[in-house]
Amino acid sequence: MNALATLLIAPLVGALALAILGERPHARVLNIAASACAAGAALALALEVFDSEPILAAGETFHVDALSALMLLVTTFVTLTTAVHSADYLRIEVARGRFSVGQQRIYHALFQLIAFALCLALSANSLGIMWVAMEAATLATILVVSLDRSQAALAAAWKYFILCGVGILQALFGTVLLYMAAERVIGPDEGALLWTHLAAIRTRLDPQIITLAFALLFVGYGTKMGLVPLHGWLPDAHAEGPTPVTAVLSGLLLNVALYALLRCKVLADGALQTPVAGHLMIGFGLLGVVLAACLLGRQRDLRKLLAWSSIEHMGMLSIAFGLGGAAATFAGLLHLLGHALVKSGLYFSAAQAIQWAGTGQMAGIRGLMSARPVLAWSLLLGTLAILGLPPFSLFPSEFMTISIMIQKLPWAAALLIMALILAFASVLLRVRDMIFGNRVQAAVAASEPLRTAATAIPALLHLALALCLGLVMPVTLQRWLQQASAVIAG
Amino acid sequence: MNDLSTVGLQLIDLLAAVSLLLAFGLLIQRRLTALIDFYALQSLVLVIVTSLVGWLTGQRHLYLSAALTMVLKVLLIPILLYRLVRRLRLETSHDTLVKLPATLLLGLLLVIFAFDVARPIAQLSTAIASGTLGIALAGILVGFLMMISRSRAISQVIAFLAMENGVFLAATAVTHGMPMVVELGIAVDVLIGVLILGVFLFHLQDAADSLEAGGPASPTARLERSGPETPKPRKARTQTP
Repeated sequence: MNALATLLIAPLVGALALAILGERPHARVLNIAASACAAGAALALALEVFDSEPILAAGETFHVDALSALMLLVTTFVTLTTAVHSADYLRIEVARGRFSVGQQRIYHALFQLIAFALCLALSANSLGIMWVAMEAATLATILVVSLDRSQAALAAAWKYFILCGVGILQALFGTVLLYMAAERVIGPDEGALLWTHLAAIRTRLDPQIITLAFALLFVGYGTKMGLVPLHGWLPDAHAEGPTPVTAVLSGLLLNVALYALLRCKVLADGALQTPVAGHLMIGFGLLGVVLAACLLGRQRDLRKLLAWSSIEHMGMLSIAFGLGGAAATFAGLLHLLGHALVKSGLYFSAAQAIQWAGTGQMAGIRGLMSARPVLAWSLLLGTLAILGLPPFSLFPSEFMTISIMIQKLPWAAALLIMALILAFASVLLRVRDMIFGNRVQAAVAASEPLRTAATAIPALLHLALALCLGLVMPVTLQRWLQQASAVIAG
Repeated sequence: MNDLSTVGLQLIDLLAAVSLLLAFGLLIQRRLTALIDFYALQSLVLVIVTSLVGWLTGQRHLYLSAALTMVLKVLLIPILLYRLVRRLRLETSHDTLVKLPATLLLGLLLVIFAFDVARPIAQLSTAIASGTLGIALAGILVGFLMMISRSRAISQVIAFLAMENGVFLAATAVTHGMPMVVELGIAVDVLIGVLILGVFLFHLQDAADSLEAGGPASPTARLERSGPETPKPRKARTQTP
């Protein structure tokens, strides 16, 4: 209970404090401290929840079970490392005059606000509150994306606003229909939107209403997750705004949208007794992987390349959870964990590479290995990890997903494997040029005198964790993952 | 009481139909100021429906919801939008990408589709005004059509708000309103969204001003800009039915 309160209050207080003091040099430390408090609280909460009963707090307002505890743990951990990374990033940007006083303040406050909204979405019992928190997180990220007020940033933010706005309205309508279905079973009281009540009566919900409701929720949260064909906002939004926030956007916000969709899928599966929801997820997931694989090779901007890789992985996750069953769900959760760690780590490296080269275009980033060996290695290893090479943890998760898929849908598995190979080749080619290519110009490397040894730590830490997950998964973590997948797969 | 509730039910259906009519008005209206008026009117209809349902079912919290809608969507948001339009000098500007008859026909098809989808579900509802679900769904789809047939940012936002009105109409009609705390949260989100829009529009305008000399402007910014530059009130006037 206290852990939960700390988890939610720390980022909120942090946001308020940083809105006032956000431009001072020690604001970056405050940002890290607030994130650290939340991460500690999430760990305490996880220890409390795993191997015991889910927590219900403040009446029935908050509900944390194994799945949400796991997601909270990942979210707060990545937020913490991002805060550490962004302190360094900001120091250099401010020194180079790219970040004004006002922008720092807005940036810090919004960073904590996003963290708060994500934690609220993950710990809320009511699906309505979950929706509200998702929307709040979206609005906050829109403001961060448009932070530098350039033409491209505003256009990207506008696209994000309109597409996600429409998407999230569909999700709201879906939530209304869900409420209607539940009201028929348990009567018109405040409990009809609470997950704990809904999960208990899910087999008695009306299938006709739930079909329409799930379709709307799928479109809504699918837009936020970047599922093809509703992914239009994602690459642009990832290419604008300060890079640390892109790491949060890609590593966390997409995951939380997926989490919302999974909660709805559990209800739909219970009500429909047929795997329609799963088939929808597999179909659109496959579409996403294939399209991303085709378009990865055409990217010119480093951050857009990584964004398309996120679309690919979201498709992969959608397939894994769509397949259903304990094993595939376990693989999905492991993949989610690995993707969150590796992708945000990659964005940390990308942020440094972009700062070093002074451009986000991959053609302008050349010869990293000779100039910045540590950075080059973290970018290279991160790329190999995200492409699913052993020994990183994305290999076992993708391997498990594909082997289950070969049993259930062999033709689709063949398509998936081809797409993954294509993606592998196109990404590796691009990254190779950045790391080993000859330096085009004698890059002035304005950030050179400003960097410190600590810069590389967050990215390397993420890689090390992914490596550890892939090589020797601790028994405790395995049990946690199993408990979390039991929430989804029953 | 029985007669009274029959009349009330018919009134709700009638008002829902008015709301759909206003959605069509939004779809074909070209002047931005008129769009804002239509939106405010549609919200007013929503207020009346909500309080009527509240009165018929005795659900007190619906009055609160109606009051919230009144303050936010009938007064605050339209005033904000009006100020935006004046500040950006967009009063006489127009934008539609698709020809009007085509838009209207598409809208009609959407209404038929919406009724078809909603019919089996509406029959299951225990709420009093279940027939309204089809109308609400149609309103949402027409709002969606409006969003994709407009090029100007502010019209797209009005379309977004109109869709949101449709969702609320559905929520009031098929359930007895969402739990209060959820409604509050949604209201706050919508308000923040509109405020963000305001900030954006000003910056888009600035960015267009400062970047006009250099490279090609982004589509959105160019469209924001094109309004005051090329006003064609006469021509458009004659096209308005």
